[in-house]
Parts: sequence; structure tokens; C-alpha cells
Amino acid sequence: MLKSFRLGGIHPPENKISRGAAIESLPLPEFVTIPISQHIGAPAVAVVAKGDTVVVGQLIAKAGGFVSSNIHSSVSGNVTMVGEFVDSSGVRRVGITIKVEGDTWLDSIDRDSTLKKDCDLEPKDIIAKISDMGIVGMGGATFPTQVKLSIPEGKKAVYLIINGVECEPYLTADHRVMLERAEEMVIGISILAKALGVVRTYIGVENNKPDAIAHISKVIDAYPNIDIIPLKVKYPQGGEKQLIDAVVSLEVPSGAIPIEVGAVVQNVGTALAIYEAVQKNKPLIERVVTVTGKKLEKPSNLMVRVGTSIDSLITYCGGLPENSGKVIGGGPMMGRAMCNLSAPVTKGTSGVLVMPIEESLRRSASVCIKCAKCVGVCPMGLEPYLLYKLADLGRLAESEEHKVTDCIECGSCSFTCPASLPLLDMIKLGKNEVMKIIRTRK
Amino acid sequence: MSSVLLFTIVTLSTLGVLAAIILYFVAQKFKVFEDPRIDTTEGMLPGANCGGCGFPGCRGFADALVKEDDISNLFCPVGGGDTMNSIASFLGKSAPEKEPMVAVVRCNGTCDNSPKVNQFDGATSCAVSASLYGGESGCSYGCLGMGDCVKVCNFGALTINKESGLAEVDEDKCTGCGACIKACPKMVIELRKKGPKSRKIYVSCINKNKGAVARKSCTVACIACTKCVKVCAFDAITIENNVAYIDSNKCRLCRKCVLECPTGAIVEVNFPPRKVVEPTTTN
Repeated sequence: MLKSFRLGGIHPPENKISRGAAIESLPLPEFVTIPISQHIGAPAVAVVAKGDTVVVGQLIAKAGGFVSSNIHSSVSGNVTMVGEFVDSSGVRRVGITIKVEGDTWLDSIDRDSTLKKDCDLEPKDIIAKISDMGIVGMGGATFPTQVKLSIPEGKKAVYLIINGVECEPYLTADHRVMLERAEEMVIGISILAKALGVVRTYIGVENNKPDAIAHISKVIDAYPNIDIIPLKVKYPQGGEKQLIDAVVSLEVPSGAIPIEVGAVVQNVGTALAIYEAVQKNKPLIERVVTVTGKKLEKPSNLMVRVGTSIDSLITYCGGLPENSGKVIGGGPMMGRAMCNLSAPVTKGTSGVLVMPIEESLRRSASVCIKCAKCVGVCPMGLEPYLLYKLADLGRLAESEEHKVTDCIECGSCSFTCPASLPLLDMIKLGKNEVMKIIRTRK
Repeated sequence: MSSVLLFTIVTLSTLGVLAAIILYFVAQKFKVFEDPRIDTTEGMLPGANCGGCGFPGCRGFADALVKEDDISNLFCPVGGGDTMNSIASFLGKSAPEKEPMVAVVRCNGTCDNSPKVNQFDGATSCAVSASLYGGESGCSYGCLGMGDCVKVCNFGALTINKESGLAEVDEDKCTGCGACIKACPKMVIELRKKGPKSRKIYVSCINKNKGAVARKSCTVACIACTKCVKVCAFDAITIENNVAYIDSNKCRLCRKCVLECPTGAIVEVNFPPRKVVEPTTTN
């Protein structure tokens, strides 16, 4: 029997329309706007000013703290502005706008496509290089990778788990990476394993991607320490804690991080970025983005330079169809509807999903009938109906007691609720408020 | 049969009397002295239990009023000066001096002034909307109009105007308890002095964007042009973070700034209509 995580989970329609579309490079845009905060943690500090000329791969903003990340120019050209732009949620943020001129790359970047298998760097140097190249977790959370690889004192990494689950409906970016860039990705994985000093590495892939499983199995024949684990399809298997449970049957305790049980989880996209960073000196300046939607003319997987505007991606795929209701950044479960399409693609943009209006409107909410469906599907073993009510009433102390901070915001509860209650909306609110209180305690 | 009944009645009555005697002595032994003035003071308070005084309900406030020697820092915004005076004279303490306050919504971004650029489809809650994104109009500072303030108001003083999509305060009902100020995630609502005859002048905008950006999202935005600062003879207006603010302690209600404001961000309320001085300045 195939493995999966034990607690809860749902089966949303997969809708992986773009699974057959090979990765294409999006033509260079005229302008890019690169936000200085594309990661969790402190924003980076801009090191270029208006009027400067930059080339592809040049450092334009330096990490602003321990949990932060370097940011590099994704294009060559002139810096026209270091200042505010409007992001996809309509909020003004600081970014660096560059007018594209030609495509000149930094000399140190190896643009040759030949595989470079051997890595003779020490673990410490690997992590330093990953940090220099501005690598962040590309599954969507954008946590700076070097922080995740720096194992706290007294802990030891035993398992490296590579996340190739891609459990979000519609998204196929990781799937295409596993099919088309598997050789590079697997070298990236072995570099990661070396940096962490782990013996066993597992690649978790859901069995709705049999072609990827077959292809990777062939590639990893030469690597005795890497195994591929086909998993039963269930959302949210791509959640860090769910994946650890599914692959090595270990439960990460409430409030702890995966290293507590000796596991480190990295996304397949991150592994590819690490290969390019360590072996080819290429910073994280582009990523694969799935642009999809049922009515979209040409659902695609595009290799996009960071900073390209979202609407140019949609235009490339045939333009916004009539009667589009929402454009979602990310997948339909955890993604966010965007209110400004001129916002840029960032390191964490895994998908752009165009939903027709009839599918995007929420059903009107009625009252909770205490059917406990949400309790049954919650992969963290929480009681969403209760957390919803507590957040609504502002009873934060009780929310904390009921472990609202363990919520991974997967949206399974809202998906399953027969009363269409906005469960996750309120739980997120409660979680944010509780987190604020916890931070003031320190 | 009758003996069973009799036995039961006698036993239960004896038990009852015994229990009463024990309870009486226990009550005497463990009696907690409570100042009777607390009850009386509580009776004098409005009994709304709104928390506007900073205490958990009117009982808590009454307790503090009786126990504290100096009550000049304690104030019931709902009862206002009259209530505080009568309580102070009852307790033989000096009453705090405080002017009546009223909540003011500092946003005039109606659907006409600040058109919607998207539609929010999540939970009907300002707090949720504010945590997700900028808001339905181009202005990410203004009133979201989903009524978190209405929900917390114990006095029915707040409503959402369906036409304008903004929160409105009924000044007669507002007691200035400040519950709405804590509930508003955008911090649009401010407590201001009620003023003579409820007359007030304030800047009805808190958009911290630069002038051009603010104006683009809302026609009545404060653009921080400093015209009002220059015209004010009492130094009541300051500009910080691209927004003007009128200090109600310094403002003498001369209304010069209202005429001067090029966008109409400064609002006057409860004034009689202006006398027409010359045709060019009429509205």
C-alpha cells in the first residue's frame, strides 16, 4: 500500500491542465521590478541606486539580517527607480525597477548546459554559497535556505526529504522540473545531502505523476543513498510536517520545527536552484511558474525572470479570458487572489491561476451545524470550527490553548465545510493575533 | 402509610433547620467585608459594562473609585462629567475634569470619491480584509466598511452607510468609550473633543502616501500641500507622514483651513451655513 500522512486530508479535483506543457522561457520583459523583500524575514538592503547599470546576476540588495536573503538582478540594464511599487495585494512596498537593455550576464556565471557532477566544496562553503546566491525555499514559503541548512547546536539531521509532491491542484511547475531537469536536480540533492551530512535522502512524489517517478527512478540509479517514495494522492501532503509523516512516519511535535525529529525538507525547485548556484554560480534570478486556468488559451509552464509583471505572463498565455473572476497567485488552496496584475513575479510565485467568475465566487455562509467535518480533515489535528468561533469572539487566550499557532493554513477546513463558513479567514486572523502576543512575551 | 409521610417530613425539616444553623455560623465566620458604597456607586454608573474606563465592567470601576484616594485619572466616558461629579460628591473626592469626547471617522472615501478597483470576497470582517490586502479601493488606508466598529459598539452609535460604504457615527448616541478605536484595524477612527455645540473641524483622511498617489486613489485625499498649515493662525495643524492633523486643543474653529484645502479633505461639522461674503468663495 502506498504511504501517506495519517491525520486528515482532502481530495480536491486535481485539474493539472498544464502537466503536458514543457517549460518555455518567457521573452525578456521591458522592465522588471524586483522587490527587496521576497522571503520570510528581514527585507534586504538595496546596494544600487537610480542610474546604476547592472548585469544579470549582479547583487542588487544585500541580506538585511540572519533570516534574510540576497537579491540579484534578473536582467541587465539601467536602474530607473529604487522606491515604492504596488504589490499583488495592493500594498506599497519597496522594490528596484530596472529598464532592460540587452542580456549581459555576469562573467562568473557558467551558462554552459553540460552537467557538472562533482562538488568538492566543504559543507560550510556550500551553505555560504547558497546564502550568497540568495536561495530561498521555492515551494511557496520562501524561507531562506541557508538558515534551514544551518542545523542548531545539539541537533543532527538524519533524513533529507525532497518535496516533489506538488499537492496543490492546477500547479505543475515542480512536475515539469522533475521531468525535464531531473539530472541537475538530483546533483543539487546530493549537494544538499553533503551540506547536511545526512545518509538517507528520500524524494517524495505523489503517484499522480507516474512519468516523473519513472524518470527520477532511472536517474537516481547512480546514487545509492537517494530513494524515491511514491505517495498516495492527498492534500496537503506537500506540507512539511505532513510529508515527514508520510515518508518516514515521524510526527513533528506541536510548535517544533522538523529538525526536532532529524528531518530537513527541501523542495525540488530549490534543489535545482542549489545545483545552479553551487555548480554554475548562478543566483536565484528566475523560476518556473505555472500559468494556468480552465479558460486560458495556452496553459503553460514558464521560466520567468524574477520581477517580470504578472500580466505579461498572462498575455503570453493568450491573455485574460472573458468572464475571469479571480487571478490567484499560487495554487487554488493556499494561493491568494491578486488585486494588481502589474505586480512582479517573485522568488515564491509558483503559479498564476486564472479562475472563471462562476468558480471564483464564494457560496454564502450559513451557520455551523457542528458536523465536525473540518475536525476530520484537519491535517494538524485541530478543531477548526472552535478556532473560528474563538477568533470571531476575540478570545485569543483560548485560541492559543487550542493550538491555533499549529495551523498550516492549508484550507482543508474551508474546502470541506458544508455551511461554507470562512473558517480559514478567521483562523488566520486569530493565529496572527496570537503570534503577535507571543512575540511580545519574549 | 401516614407514618411514612410524617417520618419523611420530620426528617427533612430537621435536616433543613440544622443546615440553616450551620450555614448561618459559617457565613458569620467567613464574612467578607465589602464597602456598601461600592454597590451605591455601581448603581450610579450607566451599567453599560463597555470597558471604556479601562476596567472590567462597571463593578470593577466602582470598586476602583471607592478604593483609590485620588480618582482624577479615572473617568467614565459614557456617564460623562455629570455622573463623575455626582459620584465624586457622594464619595467625598474631587471629580476629574474631562471634556466630553466623540468618535470621528477620518475617511471620506465614498464610492464616488474613491472608486472600487476590486471586490473583496472573504469573511465579512475588516480585520480579515486588512490582514489580507490593501482594500477594495485604490487607497490602502481608508475605511473598509465591513463594520467591525459597528459590531463592538454597545450604544448603537455606529452604522455603515450603504451608499457611501463608510462607517458613520451618531454623535448623540456616541459616548466616547473608545471600543471602536480598538476594533478598527485601519485606525481610521479617532476620539476628538466634542467641542462647543458639537462643532468640529478635522482632516478626514489618513492616507500616508505622497500627494500624487493619494489623490489618484481618492479625490478628497489629504495631499499634504501645507496650505492649511500656512493659513492657520493658531499653529493647530501639523503635517506628518504626508497627512495633515488638526490638534483639537489648539483649534479655535475659525474654519479658514476648510476653505483653503484644495481637495476638500478638511471637514467641518455642525456649523451653521456660511455667510456669503463674495460670490467667488461660495460653494
